[in-house]
Amino acid sequence: MGLTTVIQLYVFVLAGFVGYQVISRVPPLLHTPLMSAANAITGISLVGSLVAAGSDHSRLSNVLGLIAVICATVNVVGGFLITDRMLKMFKRDGRKPS
Amino acid sequence: MTADLSLRELAIQVIYLASSVFFILGLRGLSGPEKARAGMAQAAFGMLLAIVGTLLHQDIVRFDWIVAGLVIGGFIGVVIGRPLFIKVPMTAMPQWVALSHAAGAVAATLVGINEYVHLGAATPRGAMGALGFEVFLGALTVTGSVMAFGKLQEILPGRPVTWPLQNFGNLLLLAIALGLIITLVVNPGLSTAFWVLTAIAAALGVLMVLPIGGADMPVVISLLNAYAGLSASAMGFAIDNNLLIIVGALDGTSGLLLSILMCRAMNRSFVNVLFGAFGAKVTAAGKSAEGQDMRAITPDDAAVRLAYAGLVIVVPGYGLAVAQAQHALRELTEQLEKRGVEVKYAIHPVAGRMPGHMNVLLAEANVPYDKLYDMDEINAEFNRCDVALVIGANDVVNPAARSDPASPIYGMPILDVDRAKSVIVLKRGKGAGFAGIENELFFNPKTAMLFGDAKASLSRLVTELKAL
Repeated sequence: MGLTTVIQLYVFVLAGFVGYQVISRVPPLLHTPLMSAANAITGISLVGSLVAAGSDHSRLSNVLGLIAVICATVNVVGGFLITDRMLKMFKRDGRKPS
Repeated sequence: MTADLSLRELAIQVIYLASSVFFILGLRGLSGPEKARAGMAQAAFGMLLAIVGTLLHQDIVRFDWIVAGLVIGGFIGVVIGRPLFIKVPMTAMPQWVALSHAAGAVAATLVGINEYVHLGAATPRGAMGALGFEVFLGALTVTGSVMAFGKLQEILPGRPVTWPLQNFGNLLLLAIALGLIITLVVNPGLSTAFWVLTAIAAALGVLMVLPIGGADMPVVISLLNAYAGLSASAMGFAIDNNLLIIVGALDGTSGLLLSILMCRAMNRSFVNVLFGAFGAKVTAAGKSAEGQDMRAITPDDAAVRLAYAGLVIVVPGYGLAVAQAQHALRELTEQLEKRGVEVKYAIHPVAGRMPGHMNVLLAEANVPYDKLYDMDEINAEFNRCDVALVIGANDVVNPAARSDPASPIYGMPILDVDRAKSVIVLKRGKGAGFAGIENELFFNPKTAMLFGDAKASLSRLVTELKAL
């Protein structure tokens, strides 16, 4: 196991810890938008897909990359659209002062 | 990592770092509804930075395929997806989220496959392990999400599908998959092992979701979310990309945390949800309700009781959403508030088909979110509540969960509706609930039953209230 892998593990564990801290503060009211936001963010696999699609290894790489880019983009665009639509619906009671 | 970075690599890393910060800020925005939309804008900006940073990557030498992919994907997302996402009812949200999971996981799986095809026997051992997990979790998420979509969309039977030696078979496949990953780490050139691993993962996704019932879907969808995130993290390990590791880890914890919360709200363990096939056998254990009668109430009597109450707590269940009665309910509560009645909504964590689903369903019907209360916030208030109005909810208000150790739902946290001064239950018929368990709340002397379709009953109540 190289030094890079060790550093990657540090990053993974610390990111997981930050995730735990941030996400445990999300109230149940917003759990559905949270899930759909998390889903939009999973589209981060776009990063790997872009490299595959734009590389010059082989035609197969380009084709697999292309499909991956399409799927990941749909995931990102769809995820953010759904989340925003949901969040727009949450309104305070206008009649009472907050 | 100790060698000096070229200017290009430095730029990429700085952009990635900024991107990670924006993702974390975005998720933090979700800690309250006021800041949530701004938070999502930050997260979207983080995604844009991620794309920009990646395009600087030295391995990217041609842009034709990339532009084609982004344009086609964006087209599908915006032109086809947008009208769909605007029209699709909030009740159908869980299956669309599941489908979107599948799309993201397809990308992760294909990237993994591509990486292996490219490197083959030359794959470094560490990267091979990561690739194995990436493809395993990715393929599992693809088929699992499609199955979850099918079940929720009712293309497939929503009831648990079981067969002999089911759990044993699934565990065996899981063990074989892990064995194949180890084999590949030892001998990365063994491409057959890689393809068999992919096939097993895809099969496991199907086999693991089939036996899980509709009411357990919140856990499954959260778990698939976690798998998709972990798959992205594994990709980060494989192609040495910290941004993927960080964002994947954020997703993974989000999914895991939500599935744990859902399990806790049902008082069931992970293992029990995944392998229990809950709802398959309706062994109506616990107290039977023989010899007891439910007291029916007419809509005009119910309207009078509600109209002269001080505090009414509404307990909506998934039955409310099935009857599409959220708007009728909002109308009813508006009528009550006009008469000076205080109205609050009590939301059980598993009301709905995904975590927090009921909140979104009510928000869609223009119920202000400051009237929605979590179980922990509202339970103390049932004591001073004059009428608890239960609509299409059953197991989450069953006092047997507190008092009857023989009941299958014993120990599950419930809404303490039986502590209200009186209870009105809107229910379709006299049958038992989803889990096939009798509910003694319905036979309580304080409880009055208003039978019929929820939407029709609520509309009747509105008419009666207006006539008072």
